[in-house]
Amino acid sequence: MTRSDLTNQIAKQCNLTHKDAEVAVSTIFGSIAHSLEIGHRVELRGFGSFGLKERRAKLGRNPKTGETVPVEAKRVLFFKAGLEMRRRVDSGGQP
Amino acid sequence: MTKADIVEAVYREIGVAKKEAAIIVDTVFEAIRAKLEGGESVKISRFGNFNIRNKVPRRGRNPKTGEEIEITARKVLTFKPSQILRERVRDGEPIDAS
Repeated sequence: MTRSDLTNQIAKQCNLTHKDAEVAVSTIFGSIAHSLEIGHRVELRGFGSFGLKERRAKLGRNPKTGETVPVEAKRVLFFKAGLEMRRRVDSGGQP
Repeated sequence: MTKADIVEAVYREIGVAKKEAAIIVDTVFEAIRAKLEGGESVKISRFGNFNIRNKVPRRGRNPKTGEEIEITARKVLTFKPSQILRERVRDGEPIDAS
């Protein structure tokens, strides 16, 4: 499923114009992204949580040349599936 | 941030009642869950991809007792953020611990 499949499905299921469904989908993912950008984690009950971790600066290596290169400190995103999500994914549709 | 904040944002962006905004948000997350449950991956452009990985059974150990146990085959969900999202997070503001 892609963003546009999701948009079409939402338009149909929620009786929205295609434009409104598009705005709704963009708003949902845009607000999650924005929250993460300003350093706040996002928790969605039954779906999962998007969290942030700080990575310290380290010395890395260019795998091609073997040359040592400094890697700057950065912030990374991780997703942890929620309980209901994990259960449903693992059972694969069977109850 | 929680679902309530997302509902609020949808309510502000499209002119629907708050109750309807909540239904739209639930419908979106349920649609994604249903696809993943069916084993299909979900790709949200500019955000990231949700993929299902089939894990093979392997022998593991109970770290407390040292007892060897079989870890059964299972399906797990992974999320790979898009390049855009990774960059936004990397260059964003410090993590708010609260």
